[in-house]
Amino acid sequence: MFNNIFKSKKNYPEFFRTYLDSFKKSKNLPLSETRFIVFDTETTGFDKHEDRILSIGAVSVVNNMINVVDNFELYIHQEIFKSESVKIHGLLKEGHIEKVTEVEAIELFIKFIKNDVLVGHHVGFDINMVDQMLLRNNLGKLKNECLDTGLLFKQSKHIVYQQNLKNYTLDDLCDELKIEKVDRHTATGDALITAIAFQKIVARLDKKNNLKLKDLL
Amino acid sequence: MKNSIAERVFDFIKVFPPFSLLSNEKLKFISEEVKIIYLEKGKTVFKENDKYHDCFYIVRNGAVGLFRTKQNQKEMIDICDGGDIFGLRALLAQENYTLEASANEEAIIYGIPIDVFQSASENSKKINKYLITTFASNAFAPYTREQSDEIFDDYIPKDNYDIENLQAAKYTKKTISCSPETSVKNAALKMSKHGIGCIVIVNKENFPIGIITNSDLKNNIATGKFPIDIPVKEIMSSPVKSCKKNITVTEAQLQFIKFNIEHLCVTKDGTNHSPLIGILTHHDIVLSIGNNPSVLLKEIKRAKRTKNLRSVRAKAHKLLQSYLDQNIPLRHIVKIISEINDAITYRVIENAINKMHSAPPVAFAWMALGSQGRKEQLLYSDQDSALIFDDVPENLSEETKAYFLKLSGHITKALHKIGYEYCPAEMMASNPEWCLSRSEWKEQFKSWILHPDEKAILLSSIFFDYNRIYGDQSMIDDLSNSIFESLDQSSMLLSLLAKDILLSPPPLGFFKQLVLEKNGEYEDFFNVKRRALMPLIDAARLLILTHNVKDINNTALRYEKLSELEPENKELYDSCSYAFKALLKFKTKQGLINNDSGKFINLETLSKDEKLKLKRCFKPIREIQELLKFRFKVIS
Repeated sequence: MFNNIFKSKKNYPEFFRTYLDSFKKSKNLPLSETRFIVFDTETTGFDKHEDRILSIGAVSVVNNMINVVDNFELYIHQEIFKSESVKIHGLLKEGHIEKVTEVEAIELFIKFIKNDVLVGHHVGFDINMVDQMLLRNNLGKLKNECLDTGLLFKQSKHIVYQQNLKNYTLDDLCDELKIEKVDRHTATGDALITAIAFQKIVARLDKKNNLKLKDLL
Repeated sequence: MKNSIAERVFDFIKVFPPFSLLSNEKLKFISEEVKIIYLEKGKTVFKENDKYHDCFYIVRNGAVGLFRTKQNQKEMIDICDGGDIFGLRALLAQENYTLEASANEEAIIYGIPIDVFQSASENSKKINKYLITTFASNAFAPYTREQSDEIFDDYIPKDNYDIENLQAAKYTKKTISCSPETSVKNAALKMSKHGIGCIVIVNKENFPIGIITNSDLKNNIATGKFPIDIPVKEIMSSPVKSCKKNITVTEAQLQFIKFNIEHLCVTKDGTNHSPLIGILTHHDIVLSIGNNPSVLLKEIKRAKRTKNLRSVRAKAHKLLQSYLDQNIPLRHIVKIISEINDAITYRVIENAINKMHSAPPVAFAWMALGSQGRKEQLLYSDQDSALIFDDVPENLSEETKAYFLKLSGHITKALHKIGYEYCPAEMMASNPEWCLSRSEWKEQFKSWILHPDEKAILLSSIFFDYNRIYGDQSMIDDLSNSIFESLDQSSMLLSLLAKDILLSPPPLGFFKQLVLEKNGEYEDFFNVKRRALMPLIDAARLLILTHNVKDINNTALRYEKLSELEPENKELYDSCSYAFKALLKFKTKQGLINNDSGKFINLETLSKDEKLKLKRCFKPIREIQELLKFRFKVIS
């Protein structure tokens, strides 16, 4: 643990240094040019220290468009395995899906997200899981800006309902925003659903067509 | 790398031509390059004369409308639903788009890069042939090509359409008539001999004085109320309504609706004091034209699918336009269009109930709120609705509510498809807060009235204008009674409402300038809804509530009722009623021009005359606000 804190940046691998450096210059792009990475993780459970990420799915949204080519989907080989979570995500320890190691996954993921804005449903949890994975592998935490569709959705509600403190699940969002629930509980499926929810919510918030990124953060 | 999203795209596009003509391998290749685009309602994909994009589109969810502009009027050519392709012709011809495409409802579309598609379909004779025939047949949505002729009929207004409505109505010339002294039996024999449904009673000079129809015979004779040998004058409907022989179809229709009758006597000079020359029945009118309210209403009653209802509503929109062009009194227009709106909602509910796996567990009623509740909805506007269901034992309450929420979900979704936008404030029956049992609703109103807060004031402008569209009327009467009981207990809500109305300043500034919007998309536009219509609507509601009057929701009618109740203020109320109708017409015309709700008026587009007319409508607003200030003792 202490090693991580005192470790100088210079010992980071090349890709991670590039990643950190990319945050030095601020971009300040209009909303329509900002690249949003909507992502979701499937994990063995909810404990950030004990549990592990089994797969990450992500899509990019630029100017209300999801480019299928620019998507990310991978499965990670983990020693830690909990059979009780299988019924949720359906990922077996030794499935036929091609899997990569954590180290490989990190490099691919960091290169994919770059310094763009991360979006997720209750994104705090997913960020936490990724951060733990980074720290385990002697790297620093994520530095990207983050948006939570759960919070954004609450903001988009009419003032009459805002005192309502309900915690909206991704299923609630699908019901209220009328999104088809396909491939629920796969990382990529949930990422795609979240991306559509994100677009719908932003459209609601952006009625005047002059929303800036800083209004969302 | 596995790409689940591309797999889902593949699963979707593979069943639709021209993709269905390609091999799976090529389709997978295409699927990986697709762009998924979300469109909120009204969002444009491309405009007329835009340069062609690098992809064409297939609708995934929702619907996209194709429009062309003709004489500065946007005209809808076609609607593309799930699986339909659009925006391909311009790409293949490499010329600018000749049509505009924009989301007719919230939609998700796939963009398919043309170079990817072409390299995958290269040398496929089948595909080329398919595309050529598609364009040759001039269908824009290849998937529905078989029906495209029909679709065109629906959406392209016939050029002779307006003329048709202004044509003289064809009436029956060989009228069968009898004298007032004829016995009912003989009159009936005459009717039956000629196979007709009515007989006109004329005096010696052949002037029409009454009419007997099949239903008169049923109600008066067959029931035994009158003997069969009495003279016809005893049971005839009298006097009759007469018209001239060159009455137009539209005028005749309005007479039928206005007097709730089915027959008009055609006389030489159009009055009852001249000889009968023919008879015009409602049926004649229905037969003479295709696109009129009664035909639309029939079509609505038969419609099994939301798609059909959408096309009827689109026709009603055209009808509205032609009525305004013909300068038909607004109260008639409003009546016709609200009938159509209500009938559509009614049908949507019937269809939604059929979709449910079981019949409704208890009695319920669907209420329209806001503008539809006031029967003032002319253009497509937001949905505002609520549902009330009968009380059930506590152990059943959860499942009962779940049933009605699901039902409401079907209904609001269908209405959205037809063109009514979801209410941004979610004042819809599909929201658990507005889908309540009889006693819950009573409690809800009671708490708004007895303990008014900001929320109550915000909501009351919507919820106090409720009108039953479907279901049990007695439940709603019960609710109304309970509301007036609560209002008797406390007038706090009413005085807060008065205060709230006075917060909207009169629309004229110090120098008699119109108050314009200061920021946002509509900067420097005049918000006719918020600044002019709402103050009138709110004032009418408030005043009618203080008089304990139920069942009158329409603002113009409320003012008419008020002038009846307070003769001393008749002049003011009449001018409010007039101003309201004039302003609503303004808004509707603007909405038709700009294809939106018409809320915002660009003053630059108004002529000097129109501006003056608009300003004249503001005087009553100021006066009614003065009256409220005085009556509710609001200190400003």
